[in-house]
Amino acid sequence: MNPVIKILLLFLFLYEAVDVTAQNKSVTNKMVLVKGGIYKPLYVNDSSETSVKVNSFYMDRYAVTNADFLKFVTSNPKWKKSKVKKLFADKSYLMQWKNDEQLGENILPKAPVTNVSWFAAKEYCECQGKRLPTVAEWEYAAQASEINPNGYEDENYLRKILEWYSKPSADRLPKIGTIGKNYWGVYDMHGLIWEWAQDFFSAFVTGESRGDSGLERNLFCGSGSVNSSDFKNYSAFMRYAFRSSLKANYTTRNLGFRCVKDYHKNERVK
Amino acid sequence: MFTPFQTIKLVSKKLPAILLAIILISCESGSSDEIVGVEHAKLTQAPFVPPPITRGHATKVIIDLEVREVVKPLSEEVEYVFWTFGGDVPGSFIRVREGDLIEFHLHNHPTSKVPHNIDLHAVTGPGGGAASSFTAPGHTSIFSFKAINPGLYVYHCATAPVGLHIANGMYGLILVEPKEGLPPVDKEYYVMQSEFYTEGSYGTPGLQPFSTSKAIEETPDYVVFNGSVGALVGDKSLKANVGEKIRLYIGNGGPNLISSFHVIGEIFDLVYSEGGTLASQKNVQTTLVPAGGSAIVEFTVDVPGRFILVDHSIFRAFNKGALGMLDVKGKDNKTIYSGKQADNIYSGYLSSGESNVNPITGEINNQNGGSEYVSKFSNGETTIDPELLEAANKGEGNSKPDFSSLGQSVYTSTCAACHQNDGKGMPNVFPPLLNSDWLKKNKEAAIKTVVHGRTGEIVVNNKKFNGVMPQQNLNDDQIAAVLTYVYKKFNNSNVTVAPEEVKKTRKSK
Repeated sequence: MNPVIKILLLFLFLYEAVDVTAQNKSVTNKMVLVKGGIYKPLYVNDSSETSVKVNSFYMDRYAVTNADFLKFVTSNPKWKKSKVKKLFADKSYLMQWKNDEQLGENILPKAPVTNVSWFAAKEYCECQGKRLPTVAEWEYAAQASEINPNGYEDENYLRKILEWYSKPSADRLPKIGTIGKNYWGVYDMHGLIWEWAQDFFSAFVTGESRGDSGLERNLFCGSGSVNSSDFKNYSAFMRYAFRSSLKANYTTRNLGFRCVKDYHKNERVK
Repeated sequence: MFTPFQTIKLVSKKLPAILLAIILISCESGSSDEIVGVEHAKLTQAPFVPPPITRGHATKVIIDLEVREVVKPLSEEVEYVFWTFGGDVPGSFIRVREGDLIEFHLHNHPTSKVPHNIDLHAVTGPGGGAASSFTAPGHTSIFSFKAINPGLYVYHCATAPVGLHIANGMYGLILVEPKEGLPPVDKEYYVMQSEFYTEGSYGTPGLQPFSTSKAIEETPDYVVFNGSVGALVGDKSLKANVGEKIRLYIGNGGPNLISSFHVIGEIFDLVYSEGGTLASQKNVQTTLVPAGGSAIVEFTVDVPGRFILVDHSIFRAFNKGALGMLDVKGKDNKTIYSGKQADNIYSGYLSSGESNVNPITGEINNQNGGSEYVSKFSNGETTIDPELLEAANKGEGNSKPDFSSLGQSVYTSTCAACHQNDGKGMPNVFPPLLNSDWLKKNKEAAIKTVVHGRTGEIVVNNKKFNGVMPQQNLNDDQIAAVLTYVYKKFNNSNVTVAPEEVKKTRKSK
């Protein structure tokens, strides 16, 4: 190879590398890229649909905090504790906040905001030019362990997730970022809070779980496409059960959210 | 315009409705099925049961049951996050009457992490109520059902994954009393068996998370009555007086195991097997209680003492916690149970062809008195200790024993089988406790031996022994008392062992 071309190529490569770093830097503050792939949902609509293609998307590194949300309600007064319409949030909305403008002593500004309804979460994201993740996107991003985009193959990882459910609710939620980040650089997907999803109501759990599991067994085993470890993924069962117990105006103490944004090639996210 | 055909169709459509109405009217007149009034159900925590229902009519019963996720002890030093109906495991006991209309309010506490629901086996309807009671944290669901079938029913949470919700403690009993009521008894108690699957093995201290793999393999670390090891032991044991008729409402929450429920030293006079309303069997030793099922047993306690409740799958009782106690106070009845009458040397004559039965009278020589028997077959030494005989005859658990009599009773029931009543042990097999130089020198080691067991060579009074002393299933008080008793009684020593010392040793394994 011509030495000149060699140098040129090297230069090009370096330029690319620098560019990638710069791009990463511009998104690290708020969002990180989750590269698309295939996600196998726990419950499916018909037997042919045993896996879902998830496109690449940007995801908030952290769950939305009390401080973030306080800013939001200050500029969007209709979402204040005292002003919100019952149709859009039940009476435990922002229950632990002291009042419309103050969080109160038991609340850390850097802790994730909870007791927010789906309507409020959705509007928050939209105000930022973002949206809530779909169940598929959220589950896809959440199955990554620290080192592996699919941590569910690791039983120890599943056990660690399940331990959160084996602990009682904390009197006060810890700060964001304290649980740790996963393969994508997203923090606290397990072990901090539950999170809203755009289509949370699409889950299949009716509350009569034994019927559901029968249904699920027919679909899954019949099509023979899911290995048995999915039946052991109790944490996924519990997330599906949790989502299906909700209505869009419900708010609960351990339920918060984070936002996502579509990924388009050649577009930088601020 | 009606054609004759249409008219017939119309009548035939209406006819069943009319007939039904007639039946309903005839039922209501003079029947006890009519719902009269409203009341709030009074629920109780195990082992207690709400009082029998005395009203002679059906009513509307409002039940408020709160789901809470709480940290509580599963065993000494072991904690678990229990998911509860009413703050405790098992869930609150619900008592209603056949024909009652129940308005059920299921509250899920705001601090709950997960949604819950309830499936009452007493409900006729989809999911036993589960489909109508799926409740997010911080919410309340309301549904109603008519208690059509009398009987003793399990209720439990059925939210996905159902096994986990049950494994975490979400079950209890609901009694639907038959219209005519149940026959009166003196005492009623609520006992529910269940298993727990923890990451750490039995006794591993600290907050223990649930183990999915053990639950799927059905290998629990704990099998318990009323939600924790020792929930029905010592001060918390069931109480009764001699002559009283007892009824136990027994449930099995599972999630996996079937219980072989047995009360040591009692025979169930009546068993309503599987919690039905027909007393199906008399004189039962052990009754099966299916997972997600129940049984009602009745018996009269005729003699005083301590009666042990077990799952007769016996390793569950002695190694996993399936053990409870019923303490019966009152006067002895020696014609029913004598207590220990003699403890004699036995030389092995039965297998050597000799007999102690008089061939002419058929009398057993033993009945003529211990000492005659002994002089005939042995070296003339009698081991009857009048003090111990008296103690044995008194019946343990008769009253709350003080420290020294506790030591004595533990010794008689646990130690004497090997170390003998006189503490002399057995040459070459069981070391003596009487005037033991080893005991004098090794108090710490003595405690350790009782707590953890001991294997291997030991020299006592210049004699070697090489055997196994099993770990003893005794609590701190019992071990402290029995060691103090051994030091005083057999070694004329003032050495005392305090329960705290035993506790320390137990921890420092």
